[in-house]
Amino acid sequence: MRAFDYHAPETIPAALDLFSQLGDEATILAGGTDLLLRMKAGELRTTGVVSLRRIADLKKLEFSPETGMRLGASVTLRELTRSPLIHRHYPCLAQTAGIMASEQIRSRATVGGNLCNAAPSADLAPPLLALSARALIIGLEGERQVALEEFFIGPGETCLKPGELLRAVLLPTPRGQTTYLKLTPRAFMDPAVVGVAVSLRQTNGDFENARIALGGVAPTPMRALQAEEELSGSDIKIEKIETASAVAAQECFPIDDVRATAWYRRRMVKVLVRRACLALVETGSGRMRS
Amino acid sequence: MKSLVTLDVNGDQRELYLDTRRTLLDVLRGDLGLMGVHRGCDSGECGACTVHLDGLPVAACLVLATECDGARVVTVEGITEDGELTHLQRALVDEGGIQCGFCTPGMVMSAMALLSQNSNPSESEVRAALAGNLCRCTGYLKIVQAVLSLAGEQAEVA
Repeated sequence: MRAFDYHAPETIPAALDLFSQLGDEATILAGGTDLLLRMKAGELRTTGVVSLRRIADLKKLEFSPETGMRLGASVTLRELTRSPLIHRHYPCLAQTAGIMASEQIRSRATVGGNLCNAAPSADLAPPLLALSARALIIGLEGERQVALEEFFIGPGETCLKPGELLRAVLLPTPRGQTTYLKLTPRAFMDPAVVGVAVSLRQTNGDFENARIALGGVAPTPMRALQAEEELSGSDIKIEKIETASAVAAQECFPIDDVRATAWYRRRMVKVLVRRACLALVETGSGRMRS
Repeated sequence: MKSLVTLDVNGDQRELYLDTRRTLLDVLRGDLGLMGVHRGCDSGECGACTVHLDGLPVAACLVLATECDGARVVTVEGITEDGELTHLQRALVDEGGIQCGFCTPGMVMSAMALLSQNSNPSESEVRAALAGNLCRCTGYLKIVQAVLSLAGEQAEVA
């Protein structure tokens, strides 16, 4: 590891000032569970580490019934698994965080870190996409918001410009139910081979607001928009779910890699979208008509 | 670059002047001689370096020591005052949940963290809590049994 200066500003403005002073040399440290690996491997050479640990604003986790949830970028995975607010309003996030990595990693790893690393298989991305999350970004010029779909640009790439910081993730008040299914060889400690999140609201036998998000099957986490079309507004029938699952498998862009082949990933998208929809239909008020 | 770091390690206040590159694991072993904190994979996969940082289990190899300024750290050396084994350590010995011993301190710290929050865990909760700790000898069964043997016990496990 190359020598670096360490900074731990106490406020966001102080952090943004440091980013502009350090320019390209600035590296943001949140939980560090990915960053330290890259620094140890020599993949990331930096002369200035800016730690977010003292910035209280980034640790906020707030909910209001009118505006929904504000999830500070430094909220840890462990906090997601423990927060009564998360359990009550967004149980899928607690469930997802609970199957990520290990206890030791969850104590440190953050929401912002998981998103900013922009791994195609980032576990928090599909459920957050299904929950209609927006990224709240702050820079010296002020704040801006983007839909989470637009936050991811490519593997390891986000829409953050130099000097900008992901401040929080904003979630609207939940409507309907969301679930995340993750395919891995082991129960813990593995990145998702395929991750599928589905959010559904059922009223009078119809699906509303269907959102389907996929991880590990494209350069970025993605929404399966055509599959969502297949589901939305339709009578709740098994055939609709079958069609949507098949469409989702067609509209993703998986690759062959060490974890799985593209062919297998597509097959698993179909299986998991179907499984997630059925799980939601069973727990929800809607009853399936065949 | 170096920075001054104040740590409470196993109840002792320590002031250290540290290179910013050093991890908590480097410092606990290298500067403080706490050899119960094992260096296994050095990449957060094996759990052999598990310690409690402000009460939470962490992989000491993935935390910069500088980040711990002002924090409280407990290692396996600090869980008992008189050198006696804790109930948990005793259970690991009694159940045969220990062979080469390399993973044991990390297992102890992870299991302690679980039992301090959930005094009556199920088998699947024990397995989930130990998922970040690799053991290459025992096959886990006896380790899990040792932790489960304490489930429901009100006795202090730490």
